[in-house]
Amino acid sequence: MFRNAARSLTAVRALQRTHQPSLARAFSASGLTLNSLDTFTEEEQMLRESVRRFATDVVGPKVRDMDEQEQMDPQIIKGLFDQGLMGIETSADHGGAESSFTSAIIAIEELAKVDPSVSVMCDVHNTLVNTILRKYATKDQQDKWLPLLSESKLGSFCLSETGSGSDAFALQTRAKKDGDHWVINGSKMWITNSAEAEIFLIFANTDPSKGYKGITCFIATKDMGIQIAKKEQKLGIRASSTCTLNFDDLRIPEENIIGGIGRGYKLAIEILNEGRIGIAAQMLGLAIGAFEKVVPYTYTRHQFGQPIASFQGLSFQLARAAISIESAKLMTYNAARRKEEGKEFAKEAAMAKYWASVVAQEVSGGAIEWAGGVGFTRETGVEKFWRDSKIGAIYEGTSNIQLQTIAKFIQKEYS
Amino acid sequence: MRPSAARLLNILVPVKRAVDYAVKIRVNPQQTGIDLNVKHSMNPFDEIAVEEAVRIRERLKEAVKSIKVVTIGPPKSAETLRTALAMGADSAIHVEIPESDPSPEPLGVAKTLKALIERQKEGVDIVILGKQAIDDDAGQTGQMLAGLMGWSQATFASKVVVDAENKVANVTREIDGGLQELKCRLPVVVTTDLRLNEPRYASLPNIMKAKKKPIEKLLAADLGVDLTPRLETIKVEEPPKRVGGGKVENVDELLAKLKDAGITAIKRA
Ligand SMILES: Cc1cc2nc3c(=O)[nH]c(=O)nc-3n(C[C@H](O)[C@H](O)[C@H](O)COP(=O)(O)OP(=O)(O)OC[C@H]3O[C@@H](n4cnc5c(N)ncnc54)[C@H](O)[C@@H]3O)c2cc1C
Repeated sequence: MFRNAARSLTAVRALQRTHQPSLARAFSASGLTLNSLDTFTEEEQMLRESVRRFATDVVGPKVRDMDEQEQMDPQIIKGLFDQGLMGIETSADHGGAESSFTSAIIAIEELAKVDPSVSVMCDVHNTLVNTILRKYATKDQQDKWLPLLSESKLGSFCLSETGSGSDAFALQTRAKKDGDHWVINGSKMWITNSAEAEIFLIFANTDPSKGYKGITCFIATKDMGIQIAKKEQKLGIRASSTCTLNFDDLRIPEENIIGGIGRGYKLAIEILNEGRIGIAAQMLGLAIGAFEKVVPYTYTRHQFGQPIASFQGLSFQLARAAISIESAKLMTYNAARRKEEGKEFAKEAAMAKYWASVVAQEVSGGAIEWAGGVGFTRETGVEKFWRDSKIGAIYEGTSNIQLQTIAKFIQKEYS
Repeated sequence: MRPSAARLLNILVPVKRAVDYAVKIRVNPQQTGIDLNVKHSMNPFDEIAVEEAVRIRERLKEAVKSIKVVTIGPPKSAETLRTALAMGADSAIHVEIPESDPSPEPLGVAKTLKALIERQKEGVDIVILGKQAIDDDAGQTGQMLAGLMGWSQATFASKVVVDAENKVANVTREIDGGLQELKCRLPVVVTTDLRLNEPRYASLPNIMKAKKKPIEKLLAADLGVDLTPRLETIKVEEPPKRVGGGKVENVDELLAKLKDAGITAIKRA
């Protein structure tokens, strides 16, 4: 009885594993205690549970509509702020939760299980925008911007342009000094969150003669005169806005340079290295979301007088998908923990992002087939996961770019 | 004239770690109980109790001095206390019992709570707890506690309004055929029904803050209570499988089937 009455438990039953309790990352007196990769602290487990519920109860009912309308519901953005999910690693002094990087990864994963669009919004805001400010901004800049980003204002990260995608540092947007301001001209393309965002990190070249070493990061607000132009109509993550931005003599005060003139290049590379773990988490969550949506159905759907999941042909497909998910999970968590422990993680992040996007596409594509005809209809929301999965191989470095990064590490080690 | 400043209220909320509501319950192979190797979370009615305590504070502000949560359970129950702390409770007590011990019965829990209440220097004015836990569905602890304490009790509450100054709680209960309103003198034991409120999700900053809130650990022996069960479980079985129903083409066929099944009190128009 309770089951039906409690909250709005429309929920797909979570196949959630119970994680072992709380000894995570413990250091015993005798030294390091080694834990499995899916060991989490008590806070991380509570966060997962809390985000899971938020995603199921608040986001869940709106997913289909937002996808059809290609529109993010403002209540969801507000909900993410209210839940403290927009300043996950930001210090409490700056209105944040002062939590771990892995917590951000967990939140992104849990949101993606329900809606990868909501997940990427939270991901870009936290792992790119907040992190740049936390790592590279001056104290004054942090005092000014971080509380806004923790409490109410959505952020965008503006690097790509029409002519510079994979080759990001060929960007053409220019910044010219004018007194104590910089004047920015140019345009950006494919900017996530930009329809709803109020704070923008903009990469522009202050001195093209220096090539990529002229690239500089500026922080600007929408009301300074950023023009949000066309919103893309996309295959997937349709509720997440992706727009073209134009800067026509956009004047930005000198004090809004983040990390120093000519440092934008280094800053973007470093930030995208960790950002990739976020995309890996998004793709991981997506794969799990598709799996959990369809697998229970395969035990209730009968053909030839028995549940379809009882056919070895299908059950082995499920087993393979579960293995893929497990591998993406371990790679993602491992990259996150490495980053948290201050170890090198660029290679592991590239691998996790690459692999999780492959797994996401495979599993969500498989899920459509396991569900049969109903999986192909928009009503069930299975095909959406598959459409959403495609972006994992494109943004924050295409799959080829990840392979290139990994190949460079191999070359360094073996040549 | 205003009465002298009302004594500030101390609220106690007992909570239980139970098998998660979304988990499909399975009987263990030994048929001694259910498979406990599954996801657990706070008993949903207890979540409502914690939420209500926090809302009472949000309404009465400083008039609520403390919200303390307590659980009686194995080491893992500490998680449940942390969740309650993240929702807004101030401090917690964990009466820890060994993992291998049987889960305490309502009377044992009520006696433990009584002993705890008597230990609180500042006293306890309101105890809010779930009307039942979704594992055993016993639904007895609140009533037993009120009986042992000799306090007012308001069970299955769907609305709670506390008047701190006059030390009364007005509680609405949903009963067959309508609503019953009770006016209870404090101290009172309130048990929560489903419609009392919708519990919040702990926000991440509050989860982080909960880490710093104190959890006091005690043993049943420290309180002088005996938790030995008085009931013996002989065997646990799955309910018999439902045999599938049949489909009928029309009302006449349905009526005929009902008659065949011996249901005769149907008059045709
Ligand atoms: C929905 C969406 C959201 C986005 N959000 C943002 C955002 O918020 N901020 C932002 O700055 N950008 C964003 N982007 C841009 C995104 O990062 C780029 O699209 C991506 O980097 C690829 O660039 P491109 O589209 O120009 O493709 P190209 O660089 O033109 O790539 C096309 C193909 O060529 C391959 N290729 C390119 N170079 C090589 C090479 N050297 N070796 C082998 N193969 C190669 C690629 O792998 C790819 O298959 C977003 C894009 C999308 C679609």
